[in-house]
Amino acid sequence: MYKYDEIDQQIVDERVAQYRDQVRRYLAGELSEDEFRPLRLQNGLYIQRHAPMLRIAVPYGMLSSKQLRKLGDIAKKYDKGYGHFSTRQNLQLNWPKLEDTPDILAELATVQMHAIQTSGNCIRNITTDQFVGIAPDEIIDPRAIAEIMRQWSTFHPEFALLPRKFKIAVSGTAEDRAIIQAHDIGMEFYLDHNQQIAVKVWVGGGLGRTPILGTVIREHLEWQHALTYCEAIVRVYNLHGRRDNAYKARIKILVKALGIDAFRQQVEAEWLNLKDNANTITEAELARVAQHFEPMPYETLSEHDARFDAAIASNTAFASWVKRNVHAHKQPGYRAVTLSLKPHGKPPGDITSEQMWLVADLADQYSFGELRSSHEQNLILADVKLGDLYSVWEKARANGLATANIGLLSDIICCPGGDFCSLANAKSIPIAEAIQMQFDNLDYLHDIGDLELNISGCMNACGHHHVGHIGILGVDKDGSEWYQVTIGGKQGNDASIGSVIGPAFSAEEMPGVVQKLIDVYIEARTEEERFIDTVRRIGVAPFKQHVYADKNLAKEGAAA
Amino acid sequence: MSNLIALQNDTANIVQDEWTLVNLPATQVEVRKQAGKVVLFKLTGEASVAEEQVKNTIIPETGKIIVPLRVFIARNQELTQKLAKGEVGVWLATHELIEDLIANVEDINTLPIIAIFVERFADGRIFSLGTLLRTRHHFKNELRAFGDVLRDQLFFLKRSGFNSFFIRQDRSAQEAIAGLKDFSAPYQGAVDEPRPAFTRYNRGI
Repeated sequence: MYKYDEIDQQIVDERVAQYRDQVRRYLAGELSEDEFRPLRLQNGLYIQRHAPMLRIAVPYGMLSSKQLRKLGDIAKKYDKGYGHFSTRQNLQLNWPKLEDTPDILAELATVQMHAIQTSGNCIRNITTDQFVGIAPDEIIDPRAIAEIMRQWSTFHPEFALLPRKFKIAVSGTAEDRAIIQAHDIGMEFYLDHNQQIAVKVWVGGGLGRTPILGTVIREHLEWQHALTYCEAIVRVYNLHGRRDNAYKARIKILVKALGIDAFRQQVEAEWLNLKDNANTITEAELARVAQHFEPMPYETLSEHDARFDAAIASNTAFASWVKRNVHAHKQPGYRAVTLSLKPHGKPPGDITSEQMWLVADLADQYSFGELRSSHEQNLILADVKLGDLYSVWEKARANGLATANIGLLSDIICCPGGDFCSLANAKSIPIAEAIQMQFDNLDYLHDIGDLELNISGCMNACGHHHVGHIGILGVDKDGSEWYQVTIGGKQGNDASIGSVIGPAFSAEEMPGVVQKLIDVYIEARTEEERFIDTVRRIGVAPFKQHVYADKNLAKEGAAA
Repeated sequence: MSNLIALQNDTANIVQDEWTLVNLPATQVEVRKQAGKVVLFKLTGEASVAEEQVKNTIIPETGKIIVPLRVFIARNQELTQKLAKGEVGVWLATHELIEDLIANVEDINTLPIIAIFVERFADGRIFSLGTLLRTRHHFKNELRAFGDVLRDQLFFLKRSGFNSFFIRQDRSAQEAIAGLKDFSAPYQGAVDEPRPAFTRYNRGI
């Protein structure tokens, strides 16, 4: 993975000093609340219900064992001994003290980490596929360009205070796993007919209050122009985005209002002036950064391993874990492993310091000292030998990290919600836990099969509920918490936004509602259909009918 | 004590202001709301100056003056003599269009100063405006930020081509000056240094 040189290190060190002084001035009353807010937000610091929340950047989801160990230490020393992985692949601390945050950042800087631009109205952490570099269907490994873009976007002076947040995702696979269509800019890397690296650029996607999937603004962009083309897009947005209304301030609203053709015209006109300027990426820079992402020093292995085969045959628990949590790899004899941060009845994405240290050890012992976080809020060991899988499983299992539920209903994507977040309308974690307990039977979960369930505690959609096969959104009705349910959302190349099935439910009703949705699916599915396929085939109506059947009776009763 | 910081050859000093800022006469401003919240930012290109205001603006007879864009355009003839003497600069607010300025001046470099008014520091349009004036329109003279100009935005303003900064009156310019040096080696090319780190330094292979 990318390792800092002196220039990178100096920037994070100077950031710590700058931020330390900003906190000092705020506490001394020299900075007002309004003046401090954007400064702290651009350093990942929210003021929350109980304590501040600090969001630490994990650029495109890559972590070293050393970094994870440090995160474990920090969570122990400055927090309550745990952290939370977010849907932007970042790590959040829920209980740090404001006064301690400069010291936390100073400690992070010692392991080449920071919290720069993890919030606020600026270009945020760039995200990608958690199987980047090792997925068999990968065409281009986009990490080098993602790192170059990270550097370009870090303290970009022109884009320091945008109308609203700005999210970029990159992907280089046949099957999109980075939800690039749900981003302000999505960069899809591919090989063009000259076998040169090119980018298909998507713009104007985003979830939140007004969920919209992105549109292609440019089919073919040579990689050298990735920065200048983004500059053109963000400049048009910076100048013309709706600053008068925070709910309409995202680029998606501007793109919709102008129409993609007019928007494209403005961007292309802007780009004519920027194209080939000094921010054009050179071959040398790409080569310099790409060397940090060279394939690992793999052993030459056979695609089969006798011990592994024997373990599969004799141990059904191991076999079902392998089925769900182990993924294909480019390199023969290697696999990627997802360590589930979704044990039933625990907050999705949470991880204790002890678990962080253990995962760091596993990475050192079995996966070249590196790991990744996924936007589904799990951790990945990307390069494990087939013959080591059983040992990894045993150790992960002993530490609550081997729930065999990846991609299943209980692998719930969930924001911190009303328990922690001051933006939330409703709690989300207790809903996730209650649903996990409703379906606390692995055989049943495996029978239900692939299903993505996403929960957001408010419109801001941190839990990506619009693209969940089942999406749950916390809403506020007259001061109490209710939950609106959508079905039919999907991430990937054929992404879609889910449809609301009807009036919202109370928290207590939610496990039963999900159960009813599943019942309809089980009843109606054909052999090879996943939940989402059934929804797409039969539509929302049968689900709606079954879920609201009792409610309608109750209503008729009340009317009579 | 002056609150104006001037940057010359990368050295920042607090200097006396030679320019008199000409303001539009105040008018009744109606409070607008969007989604239940008071609108804090005007839309880019939104007409915000009444003809009456332009007409009633008092243009001083003597001295160097910075006039509002709408006055500069509408009452250009009254300024001819002063313009010839290099005593007229123009200011515009972040929601105004630099295209309007460009269309009304033959050579932008006949203006000794352009000033941008930022009503609220969080309005990042000022950075694009500075960048465009310097890179697209090749403006070479003094480019000033005034209004809600605070220490923590100075570094970005400098990188966007501004070389003078009128710090908000209730804040110390002396303290703010440190903000110009928050970072010593930024990553990306911008107005003050067009080369990104990857061409500026040998970062190895």
